[in-house]
Amino acid sequence: MHDMSAPAVHHAPTSFIRQHVFSTDHKVIGKQYYALALVAALFGMFLSWLMRLHLGFGSFAIPGLHLLSKAGAPGDVMTPEYYLQLMTMHGTIMVFFVLTTAPFAAFGNFFLPIQTGAEDMPFPHFNMMSFWVTFAAFVPIVASFFVSDGPTLGGWTQYAPLSAIGPAGGPGEGWGVILWATSICLFCIGQLLGSLNFITTTLDMRCKGMSLMRLPLTAWAWFLTSIMGLAAFAVLMPATILLILDHVAGTSFFVASNLVINDQLLPHSGGSTLLWQHLFWFFGHPEVYIAIVPGMGIVSHVLITNMRRPMLSHRVLIYSMGSLVVLSYMVYGHHMFVSGMNPISSLAFSFPTLVITIPSTIIVLIWLGSLYGSKLRINSASLFALGFISMFISGGVSGFFLAQPSIDIMLHATYFVVGHFHLVMGVAAMFGIFAGTYFWFPKMVGRMMNETLGKVHFVMSFIGAYCIFMPFHYLGIAGNVRRYQAFTDDYLIPLIPVHKFITIAALFTGAAQLVFLYNLIYSRFKGEIPPNDNPWEGTSLEWSTATPPPHNNFGDKMPVVYHDPYQYSVEGASKDYIMQTSPENVHSPDEEK
Amino acid sequence: MATTVHEPPKIDLDRLPSQGSGNGGWRNLVPSDGDLRQVKNSSPPPASTGIWVGLAAITMSFAAFTSAMIVRQGAAQDWRHFTLPPVLYLNTLVIIASSVTLELARRRIAAFMGGGLKDENLKDQKKAQENPAQWLYITLFLGLLFVAGQTFAWMQLRSQGFGLASNVSYSFFYVLTVAHALHVSGGLGGLVRVIWKLNRSVLRRSTLDATSRYWHFMGVLWLYLLLLLWMKL
Repeated sequence: MHDMSAPAVHHAPTSFIRQHVFSTDHKVIGKQYYALALVAALFGMFLSWLMRLHLGFGSFAIPGLHLLSKAGAPGDVMTPEYYLQLMTMHGTIMVFFVLTTAPFAAFGNFFLPIQTGAEDMPFPHFNMMSFWVTFAAFVPIVASFFVSDGPTLGGWTQYAPLSAIGPAGGPGEGWGVILWATSICLFCIGQLLGSLNFITTTLDMRCKGMSLMRLPLTAWAWFLTSIMGLAAFAVLMPATILLILDHVAGTSFFVASNLVINDQLLPHSGGSTLLWQHLFWFFGHPEVYIAIVPGMGIVSHVLITNMRRPMLSHRVLIYSMGSLVVLSYMVYGHHMFVSGMNPISSLAFSFPTLVITIPSTIIVLIWLGSLYGSKLRINSASLFALGFISMFISGGVSGFFLAQPSIDIMLHATYFVVGHFHLVMGVAAMFGIFAGTYFWFPKMVGRMMNETLGKVHFVMSFIGAYCIFMPFHYLGIAGNVRRYQAFTDDYLIPLIPVHKFITIAALFTGAAQLVFLYNLIYSRFKGEIPPNDNPWEGTSLEWSTATPPPHNNFGDKMPVVYHDPYQYSVEGASKDYIMQTSPENVHSPDEEK
Repeated sequence: MATTVHEPPKIDLDRLPSQGSGNGGWRNLVPSDGDLRQVKNSSPPPASTGIWVGLAAITMSFAAFTSAMIVRQGAAQDWRHFTLPPVLYLNTLVIIASSVTLELARRRIAAFMGGGLKDENLKDQKKAQENPAQWLYITLFLGLLFVAGQTFAWMQLRSQGFGLASNVSYSFFYVLTVAHALHVSGGLGGLVRVIWKLNRSVLRRSTLDATSRYWHFMGVLWLYLLLLLWMKL
């Protein structure tokens, strides 16, 4: 019997299984999460290609598509239902298994204990379980492609009553939904276990001298994200359990009385369709910040290292991210403006939605103000960090429109919203992942990534992403309803060339990701060996240990921290940076009183 | 950002990594000879913090169930009121009693470990020499009795023809009580682990405290649920 609450005793495991499969080492778990996210991202991107080909070229036959689903793609042409099934799986996979998994669970697992100066997470067995439960959550999603009528078609939000009425709702609404809900329930458990470790690591496992304010911004971002995750996933999990019960036990949590679907009178009575929306969006809006806040931390960390100077205000950045955490729970109703809610309730949710733009704007202004006049080192990581800021601003600006109920009601069901959230939490978060990957790859695997390919990857992705998602806003304003798989109405026909353009842009941007994949795999085995343990001349603890870090992270001596995390260009210092572990005593003009 | 530079603090830089990291959290390692009395009586923070974090998550989950119940009750006119099975009140006494016995166990074990808890009753040498596990066994028994009592309540309702899908009020009754019983079962697992460790003299004070805290929380949670069910059903 393992002692799950006991601190890890750091003897390196010797067997292959304990080293690489069921490992309790946070670094291995971080890499496992990254690998899972990578597979999920490629899968999700592949699904988006299929959707875009269908949207751009109508009844275009995609060779071999019938192999994925005979019923969904007879003659290699996807049915309307199959389009919706692919859309649902794309959203689910991307939001849960990529945007949550990579920036939070993958990088957080690998670097949070190192940046706090800990040997490991405090509950390493829970940590191992966290990954494997998350992996187990991915299995039903993949399995749903192989059940008789395929995966669910209800969208990643799985609105009731469609999601709760069973096979009467169409293909995938039986087993597809059950597998979806099972997957999400497991995912929640995995992330709760992860959040437990993240919070406890940050609060209790810091090394000597590492006060909370001395934590790097990445550590703060992961800590705050884990607080959000703890509350959000703990609410989504009960919701999925109730949804499963409506399916398998005939309960009536979400299905109203006297509902007739496909000429069948359903046996349920009195269920509340809005209840699901409340429970889902109480999770769903913090989830947006779960996806983006780690990226904010990564971007800040990467930019500071490459600017060679700290942000204008370390504390204000932390307080702003903290404000996002609090406000993220107060705005969820803005996803429900079109649900017929009382206008006063709309106002109550609209106001904090506008207020939440204040800390977001402060964060952006701190980034821009800090960048102003700096001599930024241009590399793949810093380019993607800049790209993150650009995407976050572009996607965030449309949020001002959608925060107002009167405008949202017009735009809610259109591509405008698709463009908004893809830029602000999709592409921006992906750019954060890429920035983190290029930046930390040397520390994680002991080799450098190819910079030329990295820059090609950035330029293609940056141009491609804008070519895909900016026209979405135009489509939305023109009234193009989202989730439509065809353009049959007269007013939509003039928009078809825009869709063709977007499809070509999506294929181009996808190709850029293949460049990244090649770079990742090539560099893993053939990449240049870093010149030293600190190739970017960083100051935080991950750069003061060996590359890759030893099993207990710091070898023979535990680190002791003497400085704030970002001591760059300090007057009188021997170099242009002072590492947190350096006992160098330099009197700085802006010394903290 | 302000630059904080100060004289290096006087810290034992030669501390071995096996002595762990954290601000004192891991100093309380059990000596290899297993003599609990030699263990310092300071709780390591990770287990202490961790249990609070876990309880926060559980609280959020039951808050979600509660709000679902309130919203669903108001959504339609089909809510059916029914009398709670009387055995639930007996079960309530059982789980309260189990918290009392666990607290007795915890105090005795603390005294046995040479801890800082001062219990005047323990001035009695005989009590101090009691097997500290005996109260844990009683707690375990009471915990099992609680789960058995809950099972009896479910069976009783089913025998009356009221299943999970009979009415949404029954659905919530089953969901809330089963979810709680599953959490209690987790607590029973924790108690078994504490007994197992105690018998092998490898029990940490922090493990005992965290398990106790969890168990007491289960009792408080049940009182809340009983009140909620009594008011709503």
